[in-house]
Amino acid sequence: MSEIIKNRYEFVVLFDVENGNPNGDPDAGNMPRIDPESGLGLVTDVCLKRKIRNYVETVKEDAKGYKIYIKEDVPLNRSDRTACENIGIKETDDKKVTEALKKLKKSDPDVDLKLRDYMCENYYDIRTFGAVMTTFVKASLNCGQVRGPVQLGFARSIDPVISQEVTITRVAITTEKDAENKSTEMGRKSIVPYALYRAEGFISANLARKTTGFTEEDLELLWDAIINMFENDHSAARGKMAVRELIVFKHSKELGDCPAYKLFDAVEVTRKEDVEYPRRYQDYIVEVHDDKIPESVEVKRMI
Amino acid sequence: MGMGVKVRVWGDYALFSRPEMKVERCSYDVITPSAARGILEAIYWHPGMKWCIDRIYVKKPVKFTSVRRNEVKSKVSASKVLEAYNGGKKPLYLSSKEEIVQRASLLLSDVEYIIEAHFEMTEKANETDNPGKFKAIIMRRLTRGQCYHMPYLGCREFPANFELCKEEEIHTAYDDVEEKDFGFMLYDIDYSDEENLSPMFFRAIMKRGVIDVQNCEVVR
Repeated sequence: MSEIIKNRYEFVVLFDVENGNPNGDPDAGNMPRIDPESGLGLVTDVCLKRKIRNYVETVKEDAKGYKIYIKEDVPLNRSDRTACENIGIKETDDKKVTEALKKLKKSDPDVDLKLRDYMCENYYDIRTFGAVMTTFVKASLNCGQVRGPVQLGFARSIDPVISQEVTITRVAITTEKDAENKSTEMGRKSIVPYALYRAEGFISANLARKTTGFTEEDLELLWDAIINMFENDHSAARGKMAVRELIVFKHSKELGDCPAYKLFDAVEVTRKEDVEYPRRYQDYIVEVHDDKIPESVEVKRMI
Repeated sequence: MGMGVKVRVWGDYALFSRPEMKVERCSYDVITPSAARGILEAIYWHPGMKWCIDRIYVKKPVKFTSVRRNEVKSKVSASKVLEAYNGGKKPLYLSSKEEIVQRASLLLSDVEYIIEAHFEMTEKANETDNPGKFKAIIMRRLTRGQCYHMPYLGCREFPANFELCKEEEIHTAYDDVEEKDFGFMLYDIDYSDEENLSPMFFRAIMKRGVIDVQNCEVVR
């Protein structure tokens, strides 16, 4: 295993969408999320974390230490396993487990910590983002909460987005009864013609060292995952999405060298002057003002 | 004492969940003393000290917005983990398709507060610890923007920017409002009995934009 990270990091991710819906709002009939006050588009933190998990799952394929706890789809081999269990190859009686636990709890007050470490060691997403676990020993493990070092905020678009309703038709009819009356069915999708989004994130080296053991290798994988998070996530709804910039600020110390907002302020994204309706990434200018960043902070543009 | 500190915190969103509405989370109108303590502890904490919140200044008008997200409804189950730990063959994961639930959260948007607080020494302090030392560390972290982990406004997805408050005279968004009653709010959780954590509430009354929680009456 490589070493646990020793520096605090902040990062800015710029990603864009073309003719797609980056993150549907369940409250608004799956239209793209929009901040009602400013008209800026939103993409939630959990949406991006889902992509990161999916990428790691795809690349690592459940390799040891890189399992993913919260999966989107049930893996294919699951049904095989359940089948075996039904015949009685592997006995997993819930009662026995509970009994064993009770015994263990008496003899070992640290059982919660051991299990936490086991989960952090084996599951990349728990090591990175944390998780909420139920506990055996009452009030231990800080109520079962494991905070991961990586913290993401909501992503917001640079300019207000307009969402366009596109009505589509299909010739295949679902029910036979409908098929007697009509020959096509109407559907709808909402798209954003173009938008550039900006997400900001934080990595605490302290939480990595004291709780989850997030390593340098894990960090490299995280950068990879962020850069490629949309590459394996194409679908009819998403349109063209891509990560355009990943700007990483590496502090020289575990605690950091300067406030995070100063670093974020140093990344300026502006629309080019003659552009009225941005429709491509080239309509924007991304500048990193080095003069606003302390010299001890290392700035890396990863793409 | 001179061990007080004023910290300005601000952010785009905040969510200080009301305990009575935490399934579909709904935020309090203002930051709770316990969330304020959490922010300060994210910046600096040591077993030898404890933070006490004195006043909260509400710098921006209270505004709400809502977000609905797909969430999972279960926690990591300890018994399943133990099974895997002992070499069980069952795959350990949580399928978000099966465990999905959509929940709305009522958030605060564009918030800014000034937290006035002081710290007290506890019996866990070493012989070498003293208030001056802690104060120096805190001031250093605040001026340099250093923190143990990034503080947040109620939930981790809403990061809190922070800096040392340099304003001598603090103006709030409610300078003209004589008094506003926010009703009963969570004061903090009492952790003294580990087996039985109990919440404490107080009557939050904002006077000209300031909520004074010193010597407030705490209800259990």
